[in-house]
Amino acid sequence: MSDADRILPLDSWHRARGARMVPFAGYSMPIQYEGIIAEHRWTRQSAGLFDVSHMGQLIIAGAGAEKGLESLLPGDLAILKEGRLRYSLLLTEEAGILDDLMVTRRGDHFYMVVNGATKDADIEHLRERLPAGVVLDHMKEQALLALQGPKAVEALSRLAPGVDELSFMTGGAFRLGGISAWISRSGYTGEDGFEISVPAGVVADVADLIAGQPEVKPIGLGARDSLRLEAGLPLYGHDLDPATTPVEADLGFAISKRRRAEGGFPGWFRISKEMEQGTIRRRVGLAVLGRQPVREGAMVVDGEGNEVGRVTSGGFSPMLEAPIAMAYVPTASAEAGGTVTLAQRGKIFEARIVPMPFVPHRYHRKGAAK
Amino acid sequence: MSLHYTKEHEWIRVEADIATVGITDFAQAQLGDVVFVEVPEAGRQVSKGSEAAVVESVKAASDVYAPVSGEIVEGNQALVDDSALVNSDPEGEGWFFRLRLSNPGELEGLMDADAYRSFCESQ
Repeated sequence: MSDADRILPLDSWHRARGARMVPFAGYSMPIQYEGIIAEHRWTRQSAGLFDVSHMGQLIIAGAGAEKGLESLLPGDLAILKEGRLRYSLLLTEEAGILDDLMVTRRGDHFYMVVNGATKDADIEHLRERLPAGVVLDHMKEQALLALQGPKAVEALSRLAPGVDELSFMTGGAFRLGGISAWISRSGYTGEDGFEISVPAGVVADVADLIAGQPEVKPIGLGARDSLRLEAGLPLYGHDLDPATTPVEADLGFAISKRRRAEGGFPGWFRISKEMEQGTIRRRVGLAVLGRQPVREGAMVVDGEGNEVGRVTSGGFSPMLEAPIAMAYVPTASAEAGGTVTLAQRGKIFEARIVPMPFVPHRYHRKGAAK
Repeated sequence: MSLHYTKEHEWIRVEADIATVGITDFAQAQLGDVVFVEVPEAGRQVSKGSEAAVVESVKAASDVYAPVSGEIVEGNQALVDDSALVNSDPEGEGWFFRLRLSNPGELEGLMDADAYRSFCESQ
């Protein structure tokens, strides 16, 4: 740990549970407790508790908040109902992705969760551009936990009655062990689960309560990464960056219909053009042949060995027991079922393009059978 | 028989002119869950410090360097088939390769068990 790594409110809580701490996004964070594969499988079969307090929790308030945010995001916030979450993006004028985020309408304001490594730049970006009268508050005093897995609802309902009534991408205010918590049914694993915002001063009590449930074990960043990769979810700074557009990243769903038609957000011109005419490259999922993982930075090569794309995330899938990856490949060869050649440290790999997610999502959608 | 250790966290067990090489328990704990191992083919000549094998955990790929020079006599096929042996039995069934020493004098610069334990504690 370098001196520059900041300490999160649960630091000693993680250490007391045997976590191995590593620097991540400027913080000292737990990469694993008992082991990444065991933690990964536990989350998919039961429930895992993640500390994501490094992420930025923001409040955007004021009469012009909705319009002001719509001028910076491609999401339709006008139709976003109370307590509903939306996945959205901060974009450059050239449609490059500055960050991906979740935004929720919450009473008279919007609640936004942004990535830890980009939060300071995001806040500056937003403050410079939001209209006068719109106030941005960085809730540094709030911690954020995620409880993910098929038994998350069982475990959390015991502590915060009523959370079972939330459906995927909705949230509300709840009491959890006498503490006020904002809880949403959302996450980054592809599983059913919740994200829980509580004051940093009491987060250790909340973590104790949740981790005390028989279904729950604490899970580190290592499994968080392998879980989101299996779920086909991009990671900012790896699969998404300012040189990548939402269309290239296959995030067209984040461009709301009305916003696409009307524009009025950064990058609209390029995004509309790409949605009509296509892009030259696209993010795809890869099933790598053999056992050896292909990692971020490996090249996608053509028949002559020229680099035509790049692997942006790669690793070993504990559920499929095989290497999987995400890569940007030429759109002409991005069809599922096709194969691509990869090069890593002088070695050649073959990979099949497969639809994502690699492991099916199991979200609790409204109206879906229980 | 003699047992030696390197600063790269490899162990070397020497019987006559044959050295068996693996990674230590300390090393496997640092790596975490191992998901892939590549071992050298018999007959390959390796020199001290050159890349001889590959070990990949969920998190990262690492090279295993030849701690001494010689000719590979066997790579551990059991490890290729079940790479988790590196985690479960790193200093036994989880060995990587055997080589015939070409320069036994190279063993002199390596650590014994006590020196290696102190080295790990200082890490």
